[in-house]
Amino acid sequence: MTLQRLFGLVLPVTWLLFALTCVIAAPWLPLSDPLYQDLLKMLEKPGAALWFGADSLGRDVLARSVYGLRVTFIVSVGSVALGFVVGGSLGLLAGYFRGNVERYIMAGNNVLLAFPPLILAVAMMAYPGAAVPKLILVLGLVVSSAFTRISRVNTLRFAQQEFVMAAKAMGMRDLRIMLVEIVPNLLNPLLVFALLGVALAAVAEGTLSFLGLSVPPPTPTLGNMIGSEVSSLREAPHAVFFPAAVLFLTIFSLNRVGEYIQRKLDVRESAV
Amino acid sequence: MRRILRGLPAIIAVLAAVSMISFALVAFLPGDLALLMLGDSATPETVAVARRELGLDRPLYARYLLWLGNALQGDFGNSARSGQPVIDAILERLPVTLELMLLTITLSLLLSIPLGVWTGYRREGMTDRVVLSLSMVFVSMPSFLMGVLLVYFVALQLQWLPATGFIPLSESVVGNLQSMVLPVLALALHDVPVYLRVLRSDIIQTLQQNFILLARAMGLPTAKILMRNALRPASLNLVTTVGLGVGRLLGGALTIEVLFGLPGLGQLLIESIYQKEYLVMQAIVLFVAVGFVLINLLVDVLYVLLDPRLREEHA
Repeated sequence: MTLQRLFGLVLPVTWLLFALTCVIAAPWLPLSDPLYQDLLKMLEKPGAALWFGADSLGRDVLARSVYGLRVTFIVSVGSVALGFVVGGSLGLLAGYFRGNVERYIMAGNNVLLAFPPLILAVAMMAYPGAAVPKLILVLGLVVSSAFTRISRVNTLRFAQQEFVMAAKAMGMRDLRIMLVEIVPNLLNPLLVFALLGVALAAVAEGTLSFLGLSVPPPTPTLGNMIGSEVSSLREAPHAVFFPAAVLFLTIFSLNRVGEYIQRKLDVRESAV
Repeated sequence: MRRILRGLPAIIAVLAAVSMISFALVAFLPGDLALLMLGDSATPETVAVARRELGLDRPLYARYLLWLGNALQGDFGNSARSGQPVIDAILERLPVTLELMLLTITLSLLLSIPLGVWTGYRREGMTDRVVLSLSMVFVSMPSFLMGVLLVYFVALQLQWLPATGFIPLSESVVGNLQSMVLPVLALALHDVPVYLRVLRSDIIQTLQQNFILLARAMGLPTAKILMRNALRPASLNLVTTVGLGVGRLLGGALTIEVLFGLPGLGQLLIESIYQKEYLVMQAIVLFVAVGFVLINLLVDVLYVLLDPRLREEHA
């Protein structure tokens, strides 16, 4: 096995599977309560009992990292799924019907792109409401523009080909042509971007929670663990570095696997 | 020039839509805006004044036009807490963010141009492998993580530089630059890999062109071919990426300004959300989005300067 394959595919996939298992099985794992404060163990160094040590309120950093990663996964996968469906369908409609439909959809997309994504997300977090659905909605909207673009470009490519013409000549209805003839061809490029999109959303969620604009404490997220423990970085770097490492490994793995599949499927970067 | 003029109506339409969204972002906040903004300090009188100033008694479109008209004259209302005009608060913070971004872009380009050209020239070489592996690591590192690492290792362990604190440029140039080193580094290390990879793949393509072969046949030195003949045609995508990267950079600047205590726009935006200073938030969103659109317009201009073929296309 080459080094490239090891770091480019095997380790990232292993990490993602391991992380996903931990996150799903979290309630059944022998983890301590991520919210339980043991003030005697404040800032305790990592050891046999507390593998990742304790934070400034004496909470178990390992348990908090696992539950924090849970929020990361729910939010980033949820928002990408939303962006995938919304952006994918808009791009399909734009590429298939052309004309005014395309003009309006792409104009809307351009307006969305005029806002730096995180600035828009931060401002939208000012709205009241439960954090997780709000995050999924906001980040889903932000990532949807890329899906719209990819879906439209690929629909344009396929809508002119013979098999679509044939379907039209046979009198197939537009909706059926789109679903049966075109959508299967869009899945590859969209799924490749979806993996990279999950990484982007994970970064955005981490950033928002680092700023205290995601799920409110005491619920742990990787970002708010890092953000709130930065003040004790000197005495207890472990309380920051462990969640940071978990976040980094997850983003790194998603990027690696995404790029690996991209190369395998030979999806052109220009289409993305 | 004509190319840019032709795009003008579209840009004005985008700017109009951007202003509407910035307006709607605050106008559609649930609840009474005047009460929300005044918070605990609200008395019936101050609420009445605020309601009148915000035009809350008027229909939505009239409120939008009122707000837009004022905004175009630089009046974004006054802060609900301090009474300071919002525009003053923004102009006070803007230079810090601008300095941060300019220094970051400069450093990123200074690092990524030579690296991108060299790795593109010596593809699959030792430097190429090392640089590409490192860039995979750095690109997956959100800027706030990079910032935290730099604070820990450079500021706390090595004690080379202060961890936080900002010294204004007017007070001490050296001090100011010192307080900027870590924030700029944290942002740039994330951007370098992005720029480098774009430039590298364009250099690889450009070096296969005939005019490079000609330059080689004419016996021009390699360094000259790379930096003069190859870099310019290969830099078009890089310019676009840098333009679009400003958006990502602004997002990164949010966390970096908060982490390093830099009094910039990002910090102001976060403060304004916590303090329910919605007019400030609204103004920053508008300001940043308009700035972002204009920067990408500038990128189009630069494009034409870099590629003379585009000038003749529509002549």
